[in-house]
Amino acid sequence: MEFARGHVLVCGGTGCTSSGCEQIIKEMEAQLKANGLEKEIKVVKTGCFGLCALGPIMIVYPEGAFYSRVKVEDVKEIVEEHLLKGRIVKHLLYNETVQEGSDEIKSLNEVQFYQKQMRVALRNCGVIDPEKIDEYIAFDGYKALGKVLTEMKPEEVIDVIKESGLRGRGGGGFPTGMKWQFTAASSGENGKYVACNADEGDPGAFMDRSILEGDPHSVIEAMAIAAYAVGADQGYIYIRAEYPIAVQRLQIAIDQAKEYGLLGENIFDSGFNFNLELRLGAGAFVCGEETALMNSIEGMRGEPRPRPPFPAVKGLWEKPTLLNNVETYANICQIILNGADWFKGIGTEKSKGTKVFALGGKINNTGLVEVPMGTTLREIIEEVGGGIPNGKKFKAAQTGGPSGGCIPAHLIDTPIDYDSLMAIGSMMGSGGLIVMDEDNCMVDIAKFFLEFTVDESCGKCTPCRIGTKRLYEILDKITKGQGTLEDLDRLEELSHMIKEGSLCGLGQTAPNPVLSTLHYFRDEYVAHVVDKKCPAGVCKDLLSYSIIADKCKGCSACARKCPVGAITGEIKNPFVIDTDKCIKCGACVETCKFGAIVKG
Amino acid sequence: MKSLADLEAIRKKTLDQVTLRKDEDSVRIVVGMATCGIAAGARPVMNAFMEEVAKRGLENVTITQTGCIGMCRLEPIVEIMVPGKEKVTYVKMSPEKAARVVAEHIVNGNVVAEYTVGAAE
Ligand SMILES: Cc1cc2nc3c(=O)[nH]c(=O)nc-3n(C[C@H](O)[C@H](O)[C@H](O)COP(=O)(O)O)c2cc1C
Ligand code: SF4
Ligand code: SF4
Ligand code: SF4
Ligand code: FES
Repeated sequence: MEFARGHVLVCGGTGCTSSGCEQIIKEMEAQLKANGLEKEIKVVKTGCFGLCALGPIMIVYPEGAFYSRVKVEDVKEIVEEHLLKGRIVKHLLYNETVQEGSDEIKSLNEVQFYQKQMRVALRNCGVIDPEKIDEYIAFDGYKALGKVLTEMKPEEVIDVIKESGLRGRGGGGFPTGMKWQFTAASSGENGKYVACNADEGDPGAFMDRSILEGDPHSVIEAMAIAAYAVGADQGYIYIRAEYPIAVQRLQIAIDQAKEYGLLGENIFDSGFNFNLELRLGAGAFVCGEETALMNSIEGMRGEPRPRPPFPAVKGLWEKPTLLNNVETYANICQIILNGADWFKGIGTEKSKGTKVFALGGKINNTGLVEVPMGTTLREIIEEVGGGIPNGKKFKAAQTGGPSGGCIPAHLIDTPIDYDSLMAIGSMMGSGGLIVMDEDNCMVDIAKFFLEFTVDESCGKCTPCRIGTKRLYEILDKITKGQGTLEDLDRLEELSHMIKEGSLCGLGQTAPNPVLSTLHYFRDEYVAHVVDKKCPAGVCKDLLSYSIIADKCKGCSACARKCPVGAITGEIKNPFVIDTDKCIKCGACVETCKFGAIVKG
Repeated sequence: MKSLADLEAIRKKTLDQVTLRKDEDSVRIVVGMATCGIAAGARPVMNAFMEEVAKRGLENVTITQTGCIGMCRLEPIVEIMVPGKEKVTYVKMSPEKAARVVAEHIVNGNVVAEYTVGAAE
């Protein structure tokens, strides 16, 4: 094996791939060759580092220099200065890592984005080459499986997982060890299955995708451990076809594990056999629901069926099946290697370990973060997330996507764990965290999520199929200024009916965004209904633009900008907007240097 | 894969390829590689260090370069930092001297006094 004195890690996650990391890698390889460095410096394509907003990202070791927003033109300078001469190219570094007046760079762990983070599920993401099983092994990969198969009985494995307090990361938060125990206890004469839920349909979420792209073996190894614990010999990973990079890396990883005998027959000479296959989903949100997912794996329509029987008793092909989420699995090997006590030491009383969040919306560091349970929303938004852009004020955060609720500003110090989020009417969900500022209208947000559920409802039961549609229509009416106060009561009543009458989790949680915004932002609903105003200035039908005559200098700049010729006037006299013609595009507001145009 | 020993063998084999990405304290070999250093022959010196480290399968050693440290007449200059010990600066290095520094200083912990900046002054 060759020894390289330097490693150039280039993020090959989906975010950085779309910002052009492939060309960066090509250019890097060409420049290294041109400088005769190709044997000394190794280029490694990794998974997501988390700071996707700053991509493409490149980290050069051993210095740990973090280059962000790398352009193809920059590569030459990095090679000639840094890799050849050892002079870090400061002006290309992520500016948080540059120390003023010193040649030392800050290590990544000192950067605010990483400081409060703790990487357990993401530990190898952005560190190893996900397409090389040897690198995973070098970072203690497959050691947990080896330990389990050679030293532990299945019951002992289950006990460790139970003792650790790990709960499902797919949304529900069900204790993982209990689920394993139930599945193990079911009779498996005709076989059992383990399955991994990598459907990730929640809009804005990409935690599971990043784990699979950056560290696929961690999930494969954990599934083998789970199979041993519950007595299964066949596994399926259900992943959406819209995740091509993850699908490809998983397939490579499965093939490599087979080649090494880490999947297949008689693993570690223990007599234990385990095979793993991918099943591609078409990307319907409801297929993430466990019974629908199993129908889909069996080749039937992805529709939920009533529970019980639970999958642990009757799952795939009527046989006991263990289903866990990607991130749940990604914690397993670390728990086996470090012990239940280590894991229990992280987090809060009833929520142990860490949670990965996909930060999105009005936040500076959009990307992927992993924090201990119990970290407050404020820490995530202000410290890890780098705050809200453009000096705007934080208004609310939505967790749990279309099944969750919003957390208003006065609850920003809530520690994030399963139970505290439930208590304030939201939920952990799978980890999407969307930040909203004063320019977001909460009625509009509720409408956005309802539109999503209306589209995604499978239509099997009436409360969900018709009810969500009616909810959406009422919300739409309100955003158009045609709502009444009675509509607000109807929203609430209908929401409760849908929650109670729906068969699966999709319908049962669909009204949550409506209920929580109504609860915390009733004023805003009332403003739409009674005053016919949208306080955030989002709902177009309730907006009007006007020119304040006193402030207007009559410069005509706005009139020239207006795309529909709605503004008229005489130079040096106040201009006016013809509200009948105005299409409310907002272009004129930005044009006026005198702040004479207002929306309201 | 039949045993934990097989797994450990792969781990070991790959480990020195990835150690420099781990957070652990490591021995650092820093070669002066500004124009003056390269002109004085710093690249063959760096290559010699890399070969020696690879040949001996040393874990936890990283090799980096730095710019000019202002003693151009003494180039090629190499600094060795062992965690918990003071930095040692070797001057007027050559590939042969590099091999000796790895063997005596890095492996056995004995500074090669005659090559150090102190001896040259
Ligand atoms: C409509 C709906 C969508 C879901 N989507 C997902 C999903 O994308 N990924 C996931 O892991 N769990 C999803 N779940 C939860 C799963 O049904 C199941 O509880 C979970 O995969 C169990 O794994 P865990 O215990 O490890 O969390 C969804 C549930 C519902 C009701
Ligand atoms: S609640 Fe909705 S998504 Fe679930 S089964 Fe009924 S119609 Fe389908
Ligand atoms: S909002 Fe747009 S359409 Fe209306 S007046 Fe201004 S520029 Fe014209
Ligand atoms: S740009 Fe402002 S000042 Fe100029 S005409 Fe329009 S409203 Fe008046
Ligand atoms: S995809 Fe590159 S940092 Fe997230």
